[in-house]
Amino acid sequence: MELIYEKSVPGRTGVRIPLSDVPKAAPLPEALRRGEAAGFPEVSELDLVRHYTNLSSLNFSVDTNFYPLGSCTMKYNAKVMEQAGALFAGCHPMLALIPGGEKFVQGPLALVYELEQQLAEITGMDEVTTQPLAGAHGEMTGIMVIAAYHRARGDKRKYVIVPDSSHGTNPASAAMAGYEIVTIPTAPYGDMDLDAYRAAMNGEVAAVMMTCPNTLGIFNPHIAEICEIAHQAGALTYYDGANLNAIMGKVRPGDVGFDVIHVNLHKTFGTPHGGGGPGSGPVGVKKGLIPYLPTPRVVRNADGSFGVEAHPEGIGRVSDFFGNFGIMARAYAYITLLGGEGLIEVSEMAVLNANYMMARLKGEYELPFETTCMHECVFSASRQLKDGVHAIDIAKYLIDRGFHPPTVYFPLNVKEAIMIEPTETESKQTMDAFIEVMLEAARVTRENPAALHEAPVTTPVGRLDETRAARAQQVCCEG
Amino acid sequence: MGYCPNTPEEIREMLDVIGAGSVEDLFSPIPADLRAKSFELPEGMSEFELMGIMREKAAAGGTGIVPFIGGGIYDHIIPAAVDHLAGRAEFYTAYTPYQPECAQGTLQALYEYQSAICRLTGLEASNASLYDGGTAVAEAALMALRITGRNSIVLDASVNPLHREIVCGYLANLSAGIAEVAPEGCAPDLERLMDSITEESAAVIVQNPNFFGSVSDFSALAAKAHEKGALLIVSCYPIALGIVKSPGEMGADIAVGEGQSLGNTLSFGGPYFGFIATRKRFIRNLPGRIVGETVDKEGRRGYVLTLQAREQHIKRHKATSNICSNQSLCALRGLIFAASLGKQGFEELASLNFDKAQYAKELLSGIKGVSVLNAGATFNEFTLALPKPAAQVVTRLLDSGVAAGVPLGAYYPGLDNALVVTVTEKRTKAEIDALAALLEGALWN
Amino acid sequence: MSMYFTKEHEWVKIDGTQATVGISEHAAHELGDITFVELPQMGKVVKQFETLAGIESVKAASDIYSPVSGKVSQVNDKLEDAPELVNESAEEAGWICKLEGIELSELGALMDSAAYAEYLKGLE
Repeated sequence: MELIYEKSVPGRTGVRIPLSDVPKAAPLPEALRRGEAAGFPEVSELDLVRHYTNLSSLNFSVDTNFYPLGSCTMKYNAKVMEQAGALFAGCHPMLALIPGGEKFVQGPLALVYELEQQLAEITGMDEVTTQPLAGAHGEMTGIMVIAAYHRARGDKRKYVIVPDSSHGTNPASAAMAGYEIVTIPTAPYGDMDLDAYRAAMNGEVAAVMMTCPNTLGIFNPHIAEICEIAHQAGALTYYDGANLNAIMGKVRPGDVGFDVIHVNLHKTFGTPHGGGGPGSGPVGVKKGLIPYLPTPRVVRNADGSFGVEAHPEGIGRVSDFFGNFGIMARAYAYITLLGGEGLIEVSEMAVLNANYMMARLKGEYELPFETTCMHECVFSASRQLKDGVHAIDIAKYLIDRGFHPPTVYFPLNVKEAIMIEPTETESKQTMDAFIEVMLEAARVTRENPAALHEAPVTTPVGRLDETRAARAQQVCCEG
Repeated sequence: MGYCPNTPEEIREMLDVIGAGSVEDLFSPIPADLRAKSFELPEGMSEFELMGIMREKAAAGGTGIVPFIGGGIYDHIIPAAVDHLAGRAEFYTAYTPYQPECAQGTLQALYEYQSAICRLTGLEASNASLYDGGTAVAEAALMALRITGRNSIVLDASVNPLHREIVCGYLANLSAGIAEVAPEGCAPDLERLMDSITEESAAVIVQNPNFFGSVSDFSALAAKAHEKGALLIVSCYPIALGIVKSPGEMGADIAVGEGQSLGNTLSFGGPYFGFIATRKRFIRNLPGRIVGETVDKEGRRGYVLTLQAREQHIKRHKATSNICSNQSLCALRGLIFAASLGKQGFEELASLNFDKAQYAKELLSGIKGVSVLNAGATFNEFTLALPKPAAQVVTRLLDSGVAAGVPLGAYYPGLDNALVVTVTEKRTKAEIDALAALLEGALWN
Repeated sequence: MSMYFTKEHEWVKIDGTQATVGISEHAAHELGDITFVELPQMGKVVKQFETLAGIESVKAASDIYSPVSGKVSQVNDKLEDAPELVNESAEEAGWICKLEGIELSELGALMDSAAYAEYLKGLE
């Protein structure tokens, strides 16, 4: 498809801007003015609408295709959540920060407060901040809180421990907070090698970061012990909530021994993924860490009204206001709509669906760890590799059959990994259709592997030359 | 209830295939002593009841108050086409374009967005968006530290105080230092900024227009920074760039900013998007996702996420940043906004903002005891000196349904009587006249 | 000229007290299409097995560790515009840099071609 710039015609005008009801002012001095107008497209509104409508049809999306991307929790995005979020479009956040402004934004402030309470109850933590704007941002915030805790006690610690199956954002976030990383390999039981972990834990470790269930979809039965070992050495424990969809109402990280957690509203709480964002990554902490939370905080006054309070001992600000409020409003709507029972059902059905996938596919695809899974299951395409077919080929074949592929090549500790997370919002019919195609792919691998190397053939473009993209570095259409 | 479609019969069938007796059995790997100690949440409800609750909260959201406030977030028009197009489910229910063949919609849109940002800022390479303007400034600082291998930043104190707090937070855990330079009146102190650049400075960070609304030309500062081997980072307000000199034209190395004013609603603080653009030679140091152009085997043009070796999922702790998601949908809204207004319309919009603010500036400074503190040019924000503490005045005017401006006392010591007033194209002459009347009343009656 | 290899798949060729360094064919194959080589600074001083340079492909990023101690005296500029040279000829034209002032005794910690070939077999 042509770029919007290629459809531009000089002189075409777009939407009409408001009429001026004030005198034309003397222009800015020349030294301060830009030379030529910014080269934005010049298209009619019809061309604009056609262009982006057609462009959108080139996407697979949850609303159009089954999208079992492991670790991303691509559940259905309820439309009522969009309606609810849109209600707050006109609320200016500065009203909360200017003197006398709080009383005019009691509604949004109440929502922030109540959402924090909901999330604290769901995760078993004492306080929550909604300021982090994404999961990785939450991880960085959480590690900064941990760093502030150790600093306040005059305790110089250098390291953060992560399992090798962790999402890359874990070590990257810890590094941004100034720590060095110690990586522990995965043992045959499916999670962090306990002996190696015990050996690595000492008084120089600030924290250990765990995901539970982990990125293999496996619940670590030693998780409480892992927290104990950390606490005995004076280290803190961080919980990456990316996989919370598996355990709502069943396990709360706060009860298990975690000091700091983050959740992903755009995963577990059904806010839309938007093509890669926006997200929201609220962070929860135990009592002892409350002083280090970011500033400001929404507080409830004695008369029941809400206020905004500075939190001076904390790590400062990680975003301007209270977080991605529009996303938070949608998550609040989701939690309120489903209620406690609804959230429990979500986790139960998510785990059921993933186990069903696992049971039906394990005949054809290698399971690196032979245990029941939780909300996602990880296969290895190692069997298919013997016929010269890689996980990526299976993924491309699925595209031709109208399914968005599962996550491939993650986690890094499984060769030719294929991670399937159906989520609770998918029906047995949909899953059966997907399973049939996965089984078909295994058959085609045995009979005619070359066919899989050509896939996809039904999409507007086939496999793209990523090497060329990285070498040419063509990242904008020059004006 | 939770959008779980399977019937009891289907659940039974699935359990049989799995070989489990009940759904609870699937949770048996979880030891009994790890089970949730509590899960006290209210019962669920229908859409009808939910919307009642949400409407009540939104009604208490201050939408009736006329906003002459900014603080980095601005009340601008949003053409109807933006909601319509960004509301297409194929855009908003898709995820990160990891499989490019079935994500060309998102990928091409982000490429067009990157191009728009380059054209806006006058620079050569952009990423596919960051979280917001504040974190964008912090990421730019980290980028400069990486590029130069130096360990300190010169930060102009007339950069948005909220953004400066974020930069300080990000740098606090690393061994990098920050040297803040106070403004001279309402304008950046160019001489002191230049004097503050040392052989250890990775970059100088300024904002245009700054928090007081002053517009500057930083070309000389860019030259000075380069002389010393440092970079110039300019944080800019996108709408202003409709008529104000771009960072690229000034010789800046990195431009960042808050993209909210491009097609994104106020929404009580987000989601918005941060933008970052730089010179081609620094592209490998950009944080976040980047979309690049390429071809498939048949020579058909397509788009892919590229230079991924910079990112956390490959480099892990050595990545340029920990950032994973971008603000894709918000960036898309920004792009459609830009395309909807078009080259001419965008310039006209900026001029309209400028004209409205000039009108307001003249009218308000005509009030007894009120003067304009900015010595030089402003765009759509300016700082007034009032004869009384601004906080009092603002509080009083809120009761009359107007947010008169942002009092500076909380952010700059000694400026308790100063007020930053914002005027966008949405403020009518009638609203501006009413503000003047209310202000006069609050000061003298 | 004899070649020596490290466990991390770097090679070194010695010429008097000068050394040429690169990555092995095996490493280049594992990385896939090379998109960028982060060449070391001229004059950089490294100890044996310290990080010397970096290399990136579409899907991976790797540190290159110095097989011997020394000081960088030359870098292969051609790699700036043509990183694919490493894929085409990892052990000849795709050399990365030259080091001077090396200690021949350090070679004892490395493998010769035959030993490296055995080592690779063991990794499968």
